[in-house]
Amino acid sequence: MNQWKNFTKGFFKENAVFVLLLGMCPTLGVTSSAINGLGMGLATTFVLVMSNLVISLIKNLVPEKVRIPAFIVVIATFVTVVQMLMQAYTPALYNSLGLFIPLIVVNCIVLGRAEAFASKNSVGSSIVDGLGMGLGFAMALTMLGSVRELLGSGKLFNYTIYPEDYGMLVFILAPGAFIALGYMIAVIDKMKKA
Amino acid sequence: MEYVIIIVSAIFVNNVVLSQFLGICPFLGVSKKLSTGLGMGGAVTFVMIVATLVTWLVQKLILEPFNVTYLQTISFILIIAALVQLVEIVLKKVSPPLYQALGVFLPLITTNCAILGVAILTIQKDFDLIESVVFAGSTAIGFALALVLFAGIREQLDLADVPKGMKGTPIALVTAGLLALAFMGFANLV
Repeated sequence: MNQWKNFTKGFFKENAVFVLLLGMCPTLGVTSSAINGLGMGLATTFVLVMSNLVISLIKNLVPEKVRIPAFIVVIATFVTVVQMLMQAYTPALYNSLGLFIPLIVVNCIVLGRAEAFASKNSVGSSIVDGLGMGLGFAMALTMLGSVRELLGSGKLFNYTIYPEDYGMLVFILAPGAFIALGYMIAVIDKMKKA
Repeated sequence: MEYVIIIVSAIFVNNVVLSQFLGICPFLGVSKKLSTGLGMGGAVTFVMIVATLVTWLVQKLILEPFNVTYLQTISFILIIAALVQLVEIVLKKVSPPLYQALGVFLPLITTNCAILGVAILTIQKDFDLIESVVFAGSTAIGFALALVLFAGIREQLDLADVPKGMKGTPIALVTAGLLALAFMGFANLV
């Protein structure tokens, strides 16, 4: 398979959030600011690449019947690694992402790529696939985080764009996450058809 | 009184779907019809209470005494996966009608982040065993309530004249947003 195509499919054609609608919990839960979205996206990318790598290496050793539990153990191991690394090096981000870091384990994207791609393809393609899907996810989260942060508090990556008094607080809060994502999916759907 | 506060807070104020963003996948996926919404709500309630009970005991009796709490994520997800399988096998044997009603939803529950989320939250909030079970039960009721309300609205929405570009997922998400806005009215209740 063409590796460039394999890499870019995660950004637009098969974007995990906007097209496949996978991993909605972290997408909605952590995107109250652009930086949180980016952090969550990169953490998920790391887990995706590493678990795709290991799973494509062990795919012939694992019996068919126990493959899902085996994949989950591999994924949970890397999630624990990320959790400990973030706790040590980026404590502020670790605190603001909170519960959603251990919950990367149950992010459907990670298990979905393991099952649909890494368990059938070579090590090289699996790493490229993990990187593309992960960065596509990070891009979607950063976009949603930017929209919410800009509309809600008038800031972008913590830089003030317009005074906070004009911001619509609701976009930082829970309802804004649903509404912003709904409109973004509608716009991207329209762009795809055009 | 303590328990009442936990119950009201978990069902209304900090609703698991609409303000904590846990369990969004089944919330959007199986809410097209009221009956499937009810089935999923029932299955989640059952698994959530059992899973929280078992993970709480494992945390307090195994992970903490042996000082291996960093194994929390990995052990909890394995317990939940095994438990879901077990519930499926037991239900099939003991109560075929209940299995008929909940069966199709059970395999989906392993990847429902609300189950793992609640198991971890009860440890973070330092609840004792009874508080944990009360918290798990009322969170599950909150999940079922949001799911059933949302399914009811979506059934009505099928008849509405929605703009072409907004059909399907976008309008469902905006509806969920309005539902979340309504639930914000419960803030400051406790």
